[in-house]
Amino acid sequence: MTVAVFFGCAFIAFGPAFALFVFTIAKDPLRVLILITGAFFWLLSLLLSSLVWFIAVKASNADDATLRRSLLIFGVFFSVLLQELFRFGYYRLLRKANEGLAAISEDESSAISVRQMAYVAGLGFGIMSGAFSMINILSDSLGPGTVGIFGDSQYYFITSALMTLALTLLHTFWGVVFFDGCEKSRWWVISLVVCLHLLVAGLSLLNPFYEGSLPPVYIITLMMGIWAFFSSGGSLHNLTALCTRRNAEIETSPVQPRSD
Amino acid sequence: MADSVENAVNNVSNDAAETNQHAETGGAGGPGRNEVELNGQPPTPRPPQVVNDSEEDEDEELTLKYGAKHVIMLFIPVTLCMVVVVATIKSVSFYTQKDGQQLIYTPFREDTETVGQRALNSMLNAIIMISVIVVMTLVLVVLYKYRCYKVIQGWLFFSNLLLLFFFSFIYLGEVFKTYNVALDYFTLALIIWNFGVVGMICIHWKGPLRLQQAYLIMISALMALVFIKYLPEWTAWLILAAISVYDLLAVLCPKGPLRILVETAQERNEPIFPALIYSSTMVWLFNMADTADTRNNSSHPVPQQDSQVGMAPTAQPDDDGGFTPTWIDQQQHQLGPIQSTEESRQEIQEMPSTRPPPADDDDEERGVKLGLGDFIFYSMLVGKASATASGDWNTTLACFVAILIGLCLTLLLLAIFKKALPALPISITFGLVFYFATDNLVRPFMDQLAVHQFYI
Repeated sequence: MTVAVFFGCAFIAFGPAFALFVFTIAKDPLRVLILITGAFFWLLSLLLSSLVWFIAVKASNADDATLRRSLLIFGVFFSVLLQELFRFGYYRLLRKANEGLAAISEDESSAISVRQMAYVAGLGFGIMSGAFSMINILSDSLGPGTVGIFGDSQYYFITSALMTLALTLLHTFWGVVFFDGCEKSRWWVISLVVCLHLLVAGLSLLNPFYEGSLPPVYIITLMMGIWAFFSSGGSLHNLTALCTRRNAEIETSPVQPRSD
Repeated sequence: MADSVENAVNNVSNDAAETNQHAETGGAGGPGRNEVELNGQPPTPRPPQVVNDSEEDEDEELTLKYGAKHVIMLFIPVTLCMVVVVATIKSVSFYTQKDGQQLIYTPFREDTETVGQRALNSMLNAIIMISVIVVMTLVLVVLYKYRCYKVIQGWLFFSNLLLLFFFSFIYLGEVFKTYNVALDYFTLALIIWNFGVVGMICIHWKGPLRLQQAYLIMISALMALVFIKYLPEWTAWLILAAISVYDLLAVLCPKGPLRILVETAQERNEPIFPALIYSSTMVWLFNMADTADTRNNSSHPVPQQDSQVGMAPTAQPDDDGGFTPTWIDQQQHQLGPIQSTEESRQEIQEMPSTRPPPADDDDEERGVKLGLGDFIFYSMLVGKASATASGDWNTTLACFVAILIGLCLTLLLLAIFKKALPALPISITFGLVFYFATDNLVRPFMDQLAVHQFYI
């Protein structure tokens, strides 16, 4: 519980998200708006799911620990479903707004593509989700205390930070894949994303058995990253081109893995 | 003299308009459109009145092009103000300590025995405060109607003086106490003197835009901190809710004081000078040169000074003056998009300007403006959330996002309706809803999840 832990966990949990924000989103006001609105939508979904959980807890009136735990698990899964529902709702909203914008503009095209919006929306969800999971823990880590004094795991902070990082990235990838699936009306993609989210939430139920939760979550993150890369138009060709052509030719069009 | 001033003014405004236009066209080339239709740029500000369809479309499209940029131009100062307030609340304990002192506008105490009594007291407090604000606004309207411009100017000047010197002195003192920094009075006097004088110059006269914006943000933050400290709990929440309702009524109702104010200004064909407006463009610099006025936030809780320092009570408004819708309306037609905000809190600055309306070049200014009163109440909400919520950072974050989204929606409505709109209601409503919901519903849920390390 020191400043070192604070900074370490903060950078682990938020470093990549912050870098993504600074390098890809901060310069464009439209993207910042989409990010914040995405965060708002995630917040709404959390609010509704907390409401449901709260009502369930009050209605059950339980002092029984296992009942509370089961209600919490129910809350977790319900929240996941609501988040995905709100992601879909946000997709619809963005599509409508995009169409409106494109209709008004001069050249019938909008300033931002659906793929960019998918990425930004996913990142918005991820940042908000990460912030809500991690910020209180970070502020506690600055103060005095002993981790795991009652027999809990000593690795609470670092595992929280790692889990938060994984979830932030996962939300970003899910956003890309989800929107792509909606665009192409591939419902199996959407249901797969929902299932994966449920799976990740379920894996987190294994905590504090971190060997059971963290490695699988990171494997899923990696796979989702690859899937998102390919679904947003990347290819191995682009990757190799990125590595080989960058030094040689500067005059050709910039080769980027994602076709933004 | 007036002519030469006008010439100087026009020259400055031309330059400003040109540089801004360059900046704008540069910016417009990029992905400047946003998904929400924003921007208050009316389609007909330009001199050429004959507008055919393509020109109209182009104008409308141009307005959309600048929409997202304007939203971000307001997000940044609002965020900065909130960050300053939250950082102060979290580190300097002075602003969360209840010393038992209250403003004279909220005489009823909240440390009563029964909940019912407390509710009653807080409602009475809120009613008194809001009535004071209404009265101040009416006084301002009357003063403006009867052309007592000097009184208004003096009022605003004095309140800014108080804010920049006295409140910042207290703030600095408390910060030093918190960090146990020793400072001699001579150095302190030098710092405060320079800070205050530069602030007065920047705000009331001429100064670099960024510096002026920084000062406006700082004084809004100071004001919000004062409110957080001196308003008791329930009273503060009730006042926030009531002021949003008042804002809505004052700006939109036909007989609302702000609307009357703006209409009067329009009849006289004078631009009402926004004393308490945060502007993101340089268009106001020339105005400042013109009348050395107050453009500043005026709400200071004077009564508080009574309790603290024993000064003679002056009629300091409690809130900042906001901006009148008529003015905004008029300015929109003359100058371009203007965010209407808050109306007056007593201090609206009515700038009694005898200049003719600004030159047409001003139309090209595409800045956006938000009243300082809005800054103050947004920051007050977020500051209170961080001070008193047991959910702590989650609640603060939720309120922050809610307020930004409310601001975004308000700007969207501004782009659609193209008339003066109150900036408080939507944001404060969202902020209040999210504060109470997050504190009572989300916090227990997230706490339980954190205890078990479940992730959703």
